[in-house]
Amino acid sequence: MELLIFYPIGTLCVFLALGVVLNKSPIGSAMCLIGMMLGLAAVFAIQHAHFIAILQVIIYAGAIMVLFMFVIMLLNLKGDDTVWKTREGNTLLTGLGAVLVVGILYKMTEITGGGEFDSPTPIQETFGTTVKVGTTLFTDFVLPFEVASILLLAAMIGAVVLAKSKMDD
Amino acid sequence: MSEYFFISLAAIVAIGVVAVLLLLSTILGPRNPNRAKLTPYECGIIPQEEAKGRYPVRFATLAMLFIIFDIEVVFMYPWAVSLGELKLFGLLEMVVFIAILGIAYIYIWGRGGLEWD
Amino acid sequence: MIDDIVHFFEPYIYLIVGGVKAIIIAVALTAVVPGLVWLERRLMGRFQVRLGPNRVGPFGLGQPISDSIKLLFKESIIQSSADKFLFHLAPAIVVFTAILSFAVIPITQPFEIFGQTIGPWIANIDSGILFIFAISGMGIYGKVIAGLSSNSKYSLMGGLRSSAQMISYELTLGIAALSIIVMTGSLNLVDMVKSQEAVPFILVQPLAFLLFFIAGVAETNRAPFDLPEAEQELVAGFHTEYTGMKFAMFFMGEYINMVTMSSLVTLLFLGGWNTYILPQNALTGFLAFAFKVLFLLCFFIWLRSTFPRIRYDRLMTFGWKFLLPIAIFNLLLTSALKVL
Repeated sequence: MELLIFYPIGTLCVFLALGVVLNKSPIGSAMCLIGMMLGLAAVFAIQHAHFIAILQVIIYAGAIMVLFMFVIMLLNLKGDDTVWKTREGNTLLTGLGAVLVVGILYKMTEITGGGEFDSPTPIQETFGTTVKVGTTLFTDFVLPFEVASILLLAAMIGAVVLAKSKMDD
Repeated sequence: MSEYFFISLAAIVAIGVVAVLLLLSTILGPRNPNRAKLTPYECGIIPQEEAKGRYPVRFATLAMLFIIFDIEVVFMYPWAVSLGELKLFGLLEMVVFIAILGIAYIYIWGRGGLEWD
Repeated sequence: MIDDIVHFFEPYIYLIVGGVKAIIIAVALTAVVPGLVWLERRLMGRFQVRLGPNRVGPFGLGQPISDSIKLLFKESIIQSSADKFLFHLAPAIVVFTAILSFAVIPITQPFEIFGQTIGPWIANIDSGILFIFAISGMGIYGKVIAGLSSNSKYSLMGGLRSSAQMISYELTLGIAALSIIVMTGSLNLVDMVKSQEAVPFILVQPLAFLLFFIAGVAETNRAPFDLPEAEQELVAGFHTEYTGMKFAMFFMGEYINMVTMSSLVTLLFLGGWNTYILPQNALTGFLAFAFKVLFLLCFFIWLRSTFPRIRYDRLMTFGWKFLLPIAIFNLLLTSALKVL
């Protein structure tokens, strides 16, 4: 049953991911990326990670893609304004991409093809619920959580410093 | 899982409503375009240039600040739900978390990152 | 014969019930929009000491219906430099997200019919309130894409403004709701209503209610926060280039969002379907819920006719410098009271 839902969504995600790369217009790419994020959220929901699924929508599809959209709007790129217009640029990018794909495929076969899978453990009743995430995050993973706040602090200051220094000129 | 299945049902119905509305608007309306109709609206003046050009970077900064604050808020949801179990320890954790981000907030305020002029 | 049919459909009963509920909600939301437009125009008329629509049908009730028929038969103009696909996609996203986000809202208490317990919601998920925030957050893209695909200066500026406004007030909305989540210890909307059986949260959390309501008005782009559609400066904002039904779809989205926001305020702060004085059953529960939502909708309209539009820079600083710190303060106070 879960596989029955997973395969169409997974296929859709792969096609949307291809759409991100192959689309000519930046808006089209961004739309494909949003679609793929939503597809990933559905995959998380199938895996019973309901809270993560909603976070995926709120943070990735909701917040980060808004920034992407803003940048697209601010730069107002048209389809033909791509940076890599030259033939050499295209060849270079294709080569880099190919190396990356081969690397990822190698790593994937190494992980999945090597040994036997452990038999799946039955998931607990509370798995993936917000309460479970909360109690785990705030008892076992307190330090990473607090460190994350310092990371966010750095990110916030960085964003303002960069934007402001440009503006003061 | 079954509840999420019902949500996908609702999504299908919503797509149906949207499709019907779009289809009706395409089928029923007349179609006699002319040149003036097909230019972008600019209060009756013939548009001089396309809607290109650059817009204030302020909006992008705002979006960045929003992402960071949104991540902060997202951390708070599981915290708020499990506060009953975490008790005082949980509250202190969140106070430290908010205090650290409060420093950033005050810094941004001082630097004028929240101004809009 | 009938037994055979019943027997055949038995395994699919959940599917059928779910589908019927989804269709009822979607149709009701679509149908409520003309009614709301009528209500708004009548009330605005009263507020401004004039009559409002009163010619078509009794009390002008035929006006919104004839208006929607008119809109259906209007030419849909797509200006030549617009991106056709995205131009159609934008109103679709707005209406789709508006309808979908209503899926988790419980409109009354569960009731029994033909021996089946039916929940008056499409889905009762663990984190219902987050679902609404997530899906209505997706609605931003409808406005952004409308602005981008129209290739018009007003649309682009309107889309930019609208999305910036929505993301700014989303934070306050979330943090104000967090105070309630701390009190109930659940993200589920049904649980939230159940924990208000004795007293509605508006009495316990008046500050959170104010913050949530103000942020809600801003989220739905209603006056006095209707800057994306500020007629005097932006013509009609992100939907300047839209005509006919596609134009109407943006309005549908806006009004459905208004209903969803009012329902959310009702569920979080006004006790949802709790009647408090009247006897409590599914019917009176629904009536109580509907009455509260209607009251809030009238409040939205009242706000529109009372306050002048706020300036854009003030709108942004109001959200970031005033509402946000107060919301965080209120959250910390609430959680301190709960723990200590």
